[in-house]
Amino acid sequence: MNKLFFKIFTLTIGFSFLYFPILTLIAYSFNDNKRVMVWKGFSLRWYKELFQNEQILEAFYTSIKIASLSATFATIMGVMIGFSLTRISKIPARPFFIFLSSSPLVMPEIILGLSLLLFFISSNHIIGFPSSKGQLTVLISHITFSVAFVAVIIQSRLSSYDKNIEEAAQDLGTIPNMIFWKVTAPVILPAILSGWLLAFTLSLDDLVVASFTTGPGANTLPIVVFSKVRLGLSPEVNALSAIIMLIVILAAISIYLINRSNIKK
Amino acid sequence: MIKNFKKQNVWFVFTPYLWLVLFFFVPLALIFKISISVSEWGMPPYRDLFSLSENGLEINSTLGNYLFIFSDPFYIRSYLNSLSLAFTSTVLCLIIGYPIAFYVAKSKTSIRNILLIMLIIPFWSSFLLRVYAWKVLLQGSGIINSILIHIGLISEPISMLHNHYAVILGVVYTYLPFMILPLYGYLVKFDLNLIDASNDLGAKPLNTFVKVILPLSLPGIVAGSMLVFIPVVGEYIIPEMLGGSDKLYFGKIIWDEFFVNRDWPIASALAMSGIVILVFPIIIFQLMYAKYNFKNE
Repeated sequence: MNKLFFKIFTLTIGFSFLYFPILTLIAYSFNDNKRVMVWKGFSLRWYKELFQNEQILEAFYTSIKIASLSATFATIMGVMIGFSLTRISKIPARPFFIFLSSSPLVMPEIILGLSLLLFFISSNHIIGFPSSKGQLTVLISHITFSVAFVAVIIQSRLSSYDKNIEEAAQDLGTIPNMIFWKVTAPVILPAILSGWLLAFTLSLDDLVVASFTTGPGANTLPIVVFSKVRLGLSPEVNALSAIIMLIVILAAISIYLINRSNIKK
Repeated sequence: MIKNFKKQNVWFVFTPYLWLVLFFFVPLALIFKISISVSEWGMPPYRDLFSLSENGLEINSTLGNYLFIFSDPFYIRSYLNSLSLAFTSTVLCLIIGYPIAFYVAKSKTSIRNILLIMLIIPFWSSFLLRVYAWKVLLQGSGIINSILIHIGLISEPISMLHNHYAVILGVVYTYLPFMILPLYGYLVKFDLNLIDASNDLGAKPLNTFVKVILPLSLPGIVAGSMLVFIPVVGEYIIPEMLGGSDKLYFGKIIWDEFFVNRDWPIASALAMSGIVILVFPIIIFQLMYAKYNFKNE
């Protein structure tokens, strides 16, 4: 009995700690007062203002666009890396390739952001590309750090599954590059999907690298939110948090339900 | 391995290879180059490493930027602060996260899946907004002060923001899911009968934990600690939002050196030293740990 009590106690405290700040933020998003923490009454005022705030809406659109493009390119290259490292024996300077594809994982984002910014400025001086900093430079930077994360996921999936299937396909006379499309790709599809999703959130959530590499007309959502809350509080951001939480919760529940129905099958 | 992988498929290796050389390796080489350059007014605000003048080829490289950093306790302290922040918050995340991961993993399947979803929700939701939530909570007029005043613990609102305790709290809060999820991943595979077996053989609960449960969850502990320690070392956002001037951290110093002082060579030298001091130890640890695992298998 004592054990059960301790378990429920730990889980209650733990989950309260995780959820208390988020729930408070959501509660205060309905507060009809410009001073965030002084309760005046229930209202949807900040939601209305949020949806009329063009700066935030535009940043949201920019973020979604960059995140989905970055996730797609990062996934394609992440699959290439994972496949190369586990299946292709002849790679020139293989240890260097491994170093390149794994060290973005341990590189502090502030150093990554700084180095990319200096790179873009220099390359603009030397060859005139990129002509200015903007959505393209943020996209390139996001792809660069997301690739490593996708590659890790793909690699662990590829090294854990039975290579004999591929060899069997080869023995049966399948053309080598068809092996990838017909045999390997379907098996690692779940890993590809979770890699894409991870790259998407990494890009959507990134503030530091984007702050370094952004330019006019390329403010992502975190940049706009950060500029609003760096020095004070913003009731509009409370409303935005509530909406984002709602989306995440709905997504999580639907993934849960899909998984459950798959297991039942 | 696939034999006869067609020659025309070399792009499969070379597309990501070239991409990473161009956008990861070259930029790092570039900050190394700038870190040994002499700063000057102009655009770009440093002198070229090599220049041709009437005296012939001149090499304008210097170690002055590094000497400057390491002779100033201000910078050294910021490295130490970042390391100690990363260490403290990793330990705290482990202490708080371990029991949660353990009990979630030990729950009945139906409850376990719901709890797992509840762990993933904060993991997927916006990092910045979760830090902001603490800024709201810790305000002078915030809810925590109101509660403390209400129960009579304090009479005046106390200032809880803008110090390094708020930074630690913010870091532990935002990175806790990164610790819990890998721990959970290892603990859920763990055979509960081993605990019963250990108990039946007369081991005390503490002994069972130290000798049976802990060694078997070690990979999860290492993975979780890495996921917390590595990003916290360069953390910029949390100290900026919740911290004050009592402790400065490495991430903020680089940011200010670049954006406020516009001193590219110093910012680059800070970044390079950061890689050597903060990142190399992690890589060495990972290599040693991989070797250790390999031996034990």
